[in-house]
Amino acid sequence: MTRYADMPEGMAKHLARLPLPEIEGGAFVSGPPLSERQVAVVSSAGLGRRGDRPFGPGAVDYRVLPTDTDANDILMSHISVNYDRTGFQQDLNIVYPVERLEEMAARGEIGGVAAHHYSFMGASDPAPMQSFAEDVAAAMQAEGVDTALLVPV
Amino acid sequence: MCALAHYLERKGIATVVIALVHEHAEAIASPRTLSVPFELGRPLGAPDNPEFQLRVLRAALALLDRPAGPVLEEFPDPAPEPADYDGWACPISLPQPGTGADGSHERLVADEIARLRPWWDLAKERRGRTTVGASGYDIEEAARIVCRYADGGKPDAPGPERKLSRSLKLACDDLMAFYTEAATAQPGGVGSQDLSDWFWGETAAGRAFLALRERAAGEQDKGMQLVGNLLVLPRSQAHRAMA
Repeated sequence: MTRYADMPEGMAKHLARLPLPEIEGGAFVSGPPLSERQVAVVSSAGLGRRGDRPFGPGAVDYRVLPTDTDANDILMSHISVNYDRTGFQQDLNIVYPVERLEEMAARGEIGGVAAHHYSFMGASDPAPMQSFAEDVAAAMQAEGVDTALLVPV
Repeated sequence: MCALAHYLERKGIATVVIALVHEHAEAIASPRTLSVPFELGRPLGAPDNPEFQLRVLRAALALLDRPAGPVLEEFPDPAPEPADYDGWACPISLPQPGTGADGSHERLVADEIARLRPWWDLAKERRGRTTVGASGYDIEEAARIVCRYADGGKPDAPGPERKLSRSLKLACDDLMAFYTEAATAQPGGVGSQDLSDWFWGETAAGRAFLALRERAAGEQDKGMQLVGNLLVLPRSQAHRAMA
């Protein structure tokens, strides 16, 4: 289900109507080989730790997920009901693949896994997320992370 | 998601996006994007399939070695289906849903929760986790709040300071997660649409949700209208909405 033509009609119409932000002059950052990169996950699944404030309609901020957070303490409070959550219920890695990244790091395929990951809630307009995203970028740089893997839901 | 990549990249972080909606990825043209042909909600493709998940990750991260962008590649393979899958029936036999003798949902949903509880416990033990809990209520309390509102009452939603519309939405999400975690406690793959059809078509909780959404959609409060119109009933089950 990746193109409108493969989706139920109502969902395709909804997605096609969503306003998309105008992005001008996209940057392209080069970096070290993959085997030397420090990778953080940035999710838009509305993830947070048990006890964190849940995401609500219009939320443009983010939650921090320390990489050693127990799997039982990662919850999803995305407001949409129009996507599957049962995969996430069965296996956290289908949405938040930190365990897989750690396996890749152990094999030397990537340099390492960040100490912190981040989640936004993708149902909101992304334009007001910009300042929060910049805070995330600064936090990544402060801990030596050079690469973000962005995972939707 | 794709816009976030631009914001991060401008600040010096290299990004790679996994994209579930191809047309959005094309329109926003993030620096590096892997478009995947999977169901919404499953960006790594298949639960409990580490090999397949690793293939997706490797395909995405390999884009970081490209010298220039934007790069938009498509992952070639669909998510693997559960072996020999030809439909699913809930292993827990629940009574046909209706409303109670007094026309209310509360007792029926409480009974369902009691019957599902051992399977939810088993699922939690097997997976080492549960996704129930964002509302902050225990599951019986979540059910009470949802059913009292669905039955026309005014539930007092204790706990964190927030509007009733928020409490109802989060309680609904927790109840739904409790039901589907319990229903999938036993091994064997289940299609997400089958689970959704079961919840909405065959459980008293599904009936209570339909009554809740109808009442909420008719309220003056904008937050309630949002819950009633958009945040409880999925589009794929819209045909069940009461007239």
